[in-house]
Amino acid sequence: MVDRAALGAVGAPFTLDVERGKIHELCRAVRATDPAYFTGDHPVAPPTFLTTTFFWEELMPGSNPWALVKMDQQRGMHAEQEYVFHGPPPRAGARLTCQSRITEIYEKEGRKGGTLVFAVMVTEFRDESGELVAEARLTGVETERAPETSG
Amino acid sequence: MSARWEDLVEGTAGPAPLVVGPLTRTDFVRYQGASGDMNPIHHDETFARAAGYAAPLGVGMLPAGVLGAWAASWLGPENVRRIRVRWKEQVWPGDVLTCSGKVARRYLEGGERRVDLDLLCTRQGGGVAITGWATFVVPS
Repeated sequence: MVDRAALGAVGAPFTLDVERGKIHELCRAVRATDPAYFTGDHPVAPPTFLTTTFFWEELMPGSNPWALVKMDQQRGMHAEQEYVFHGPPPRAGARLTCQSRITEIYEKEGRKGGTLVFAVMVTEFRDESGELVAEARLTGVETERAPETSG
Repeated sequence: MSARWEDLVEGTAGPAPLVVGPLTRTDFVRYQGASGDMNPIHHDETFARAAGYAAPLGVGMLPAGVLGAWAASWLGPENVRRIRVRWKEQVWPGDVLTCSGKVARRYLEGGERRVDLDLLCTRQGGGVAITGWATFVVPS
């Protein structure tokens, strides 16, 4: 059950090193074959690469405030994900400082009835000069009923 | 790859849609290992069944990543400035996904040439797995 007290919660800053091997690995997983990802010492990261914050958050206790939202395990789902780049996307070799905050919690009536509760977490990514280079926006939704259970 | 500004009029479809699949549990595991999201609902059959599912759920960021990479292969990985995805139908093992997209808008902003794309990832049979939106710059 979503806890509205999580609104405004801010995580501890954490570091994400954009690594060539990690770029290669994610590209292989998402069928990204453009030579730009595999050429030179500082290849560009694919568009959804910043999802790899998973690895880096683990090293910094308190870095991911999403847990504070307490979205139900059965009725909670990833609804939307957005990445915004304020210039070219990061390249291998970049060291980014990341910080996440819970920016929105709101309700909507679902089309099939029942209330949907949405929560949004924004993660900011800054380069070594402190400039904001990218933002990730995660939207989760909790339904009143469990989602469909077969394909 | 080098999409020309002149050719990117509104409504223009991208290159050949990318067809991926049938998706296997190995595809899910490879994606999870690469992304760091190790939620067992996407690979542990016993865990998924205990949660009431017939099979491990597809990991949503996998088709999102495929869709983003397809768009970047069209307009250049260095040129992406925004990608947003919204999940619709759940993806399952055995699904065959098709990623496609078209130009929604072409414009100048801050002295840069930009295009907004509408993106789509469908399942076999036509159900929509993901709708997406992206913005790319188009260098001279």
